[in-house]
Amino acid sequence: MSAIDLDYLVQPDRVHRSVYTDQGLFDLEMENIFEKIWVYCGHESQVKKPGDYWTLQIGRQPMVMVRGEDMRIHVLYNRCPHRGVMLCGNQSGNTGKHFVCSYHAWSFKLDGRVSAIPLAKGYDNTRLSFDDPQASMVPAARVDSYRGFVFASLSPTGPSLTEFLGDSKVAFDDVCDRSPEGEVEAVLVCHRVMQRSNWKFFMENQLDCLHPSVTHQSSGVPARRVENRLKAEKGEAPLFFHYLSTFASSFDQWDSVQTVNFPNGHGVLKAYMGLRPTDPDTLEYEALMKKAYGEEKAEEYLSRSIHHVLVYPYLSVQSPLQQLRCLRPIGPDRTLSEIWHFRLKGVPEPIYRRSLWYFNLVNSPATMINADDLENWTKGQWGLQSKGGDWVSFHREHGRDTETDSASYSNRGTSEVVMRNQFKAWKAYMKPVIASSVA
Amino acid sequence: MERNDLSQALGTGVVIEAIESMTGAESIAPEHVGRGRLPATGYVPKAVTVDPALQREVETLLYRQAAMLDAKAWADWCGTFSQDGIYWMPATPDQTDWEGQPSIFAEDGLLREVRMGRLQHPNAWSQAAAWGTNHLVGNVIIESAGADRVEVYSRFHMMEIRRDDVRHFAGSYRHSLVREQGQLKIALQRVDLTNGQGLYEYVLQAWV
Repeated sequence: MSAIDLDYLVQPDRVHRSVYTDQGLFDLEMENIFEKIWVYCGHESQVKKPGDYWTLQIGRQPMVMVRGEDMRIHVLYNRCPHRGVMLCGNQSGNTGKHFVCSYHAWSFKLDGRVSAIPLAKGYDNTRLSFDDPQASMVPAARVDSYRGFVFASLSPTGPSLTEFLGDSKVAFDDVCDRSPEGEVEAVLVCHRVMQRSNWKFFMENQLDCLHPSVTHQSSGVPARRVENRLKAEKGEAPLFFHYLSTFASSFDQWDSVQTVNFPNGHGVLKAYMGLRPTDPDTLEYEALMKKAYGEEKAEEYLSRSIHHVLVYPYLSVQSPLQQLRCLRPIGPDRTLSEIWHFRLKGVPEPIYRRSLWYFNLVNSPATMINADDLENWTKGQWGLQSKGGDWVSFHREHGRDTETDSASYSNRGTSEVVMRNQFKAWKAYMKPVIASSVA
Repeated sequence: MERNDLSQALGTGVVIEAIESMTGAESIAPEHVGRGRLPATGYVPKAVTVDPALQREVETLLYRQAAMLDAKAWADWCGTFSQDGIYWMPATPDQTDWEGQPSIFAEDGLLREVRMGRLQHPNAWSQAAAWGTNHLVGNVIIESAGADRVEVYSRFHMMEIRRDDVRHFAGSYRHSLVREQGQLKIALQRVDLTNGQGLYEYVLQAWV
C-alpha cells in the first residue's frame, strides 16, 4: 500500500471522500478497528439455555455467541478447525451439548474445546494432537458484558470494556434503569436491513439535527395532520403520532437540541420527544419506579434527557425506547444493520406497547422514516464516487462549540461537531496502523 | 504403481450397506440438533363449500385490491377496508395478535392515512426513484362463510422494481371480510411474508 497521509485525508473541518469509498482503507478499518475493539455480540437473554446460540460478524470474522453448560457465555470463531467449514449455518438455534460439523462430524463442547473426532486413531502419530488448541474452536480473545449486553474483542490487549464504552455506557444504564428491576429482555425478532453506503454515513446521520425536517418531512407532515385532528376532536392523540410528527419540526427547533460528543467518537443526542404523558398507565409505571428506586433516583432515571446514544463506531441505542441498531460493515459501500427491541422487566404491558410502536413505525422493515434515510445514504455513496469535488464539508459551527476535557457540547443542535468528533476518533484508531503500514 | 498392480487393486473392494446402525454423526453426538430456532410451521387453510357467486365476489375483491397497489391508487386501496379495518404483517408466522408484538406493518385507518400521505407528499425523496410493483394473487380458498363474516385464505407474489433493482416478496394473505351496505370490506388483512425475516436490501415503502 502506498503511503496514506491521514492529516491530509482528515482535516479538522473537512474529510477526503476516499475515507468512505476506498477498499484499502476499509480493509485497514476492519483489521485495526473492528477486529480489535469491543464489538457488541448480543444480549444475554438471547441465549438463555445451554446450547442456545446466535451467530454474528465481528469485522470480517464469522462468530457464534453460545451459552455454555456452566451457564457462561462464550464467543467463538464459527469455524471447524479440521477443514475450516462454518459450524453454525443458522442465525440462531440450540446446538444441544455440542457443535457438530456437518462435513466430518468433528464435535466440540460449548466452550469450543474438541469433544470427539470420528475414527480418531487415524491421527495417531501425526502432527495433529487433540490437546493442541488448534484442534478446537478458537474463542474470542476477550468476552465481557455490561448490564446484560455482551461484547467481545478479538484482541487480547487494549482497553477494558468499560474503558472502551466510556461515557457511552449511559446507553445501557438508561435502557436498564427504566425498568424497576434494572433489567431488560431481548425481544427475539431481529430485523436486518442492508445500507448501501459506508458505515460512517449512519453514524453521522444519527446525531445530525439538520436532516430530519428535510429528509423526513413527507412522514412528519401527514403524521402531524392526523395528530392535530385527533387532538382537536378528542383532546388527545396516541403518542406514536408524536414519534413521527416531531420529524417535521422547524430548522430552529432542531437547532435548539443539543448534542454531547465524548472521546472515542461516542455521543448523545439529547431528548426532543416528550415521553412522560400523564395517562394512568404512565402514572402506574412511574409509581413502580419510585417504589423501586425512591423518589429522587426514579426522577433522575425518568427525566434523563437522551434521544439516543452512539457507541462509536457501530451502535446506535435509543435508550428511552429500548431499541438498538448495530452495524456490521460488509464493504466500503455495504453495511448490514441489525435492529433490536428490548422489553423492560417489571413494567405494565402498555409501557412495553408504547415503545413497541416506535419499533414498528420507525425501525421495522416497513419504516416510514428510514425509507428516506436509506435513499440519502445510497445517493451519498454514489455521489462520493464523483471527481466533481474531493471534500466532504463539516464546517458548520466549527470552532464555536464548548470543548471540555471530557466532552464537546454543541453550541447549536445542527453543529457538525458530531462528525468532527467522530473523525477525531477515527484518526486516532487509524494513526498507529497507517504509521506501521507505511513503515 | 505398475499397470498390473492397479488392475489388481481395482479388482477388490467392499460394498457398504446401510445396515441398522448409528450413522457416523449419531455416534459422535446423538443429541445434536442442527436446525435453527424457528420451527418450520405452515398454515393449512380449512375449506367449506360455498356459493360460487360468493367465491367470485371474494376473488374479484382480492384481485382488485392488489391491482390498486400496482396502480398506486392509494385512496382506493384504503377504501377497501372497513371503518376499523386493520392491515397487519406480523414479523413471524407464529404471531396471533396484531397488537403487542413486533410487526412489520400494524396499521389502522389513521396510520394508513399517514403512510398514504407520505407516498403522496411531493418531497417523499425515496419516491423520486422510478418504482413499480406487480402483484399476482391466487389459490383463493374461502375458509368460512358466515352471515356477517367471511374468512379467506390466498397466496400472493409481488415483484418490485426500484431504479434497476428487482426484488420479490411472496407469502399468504388472510382476509377477514365483513359486509357493509352490501359491500364486502376488509376488517383484517393478515399478510405473512415468506421472506419477512429475510435480509432487506431496501425497506417496504408501501403495503404489500
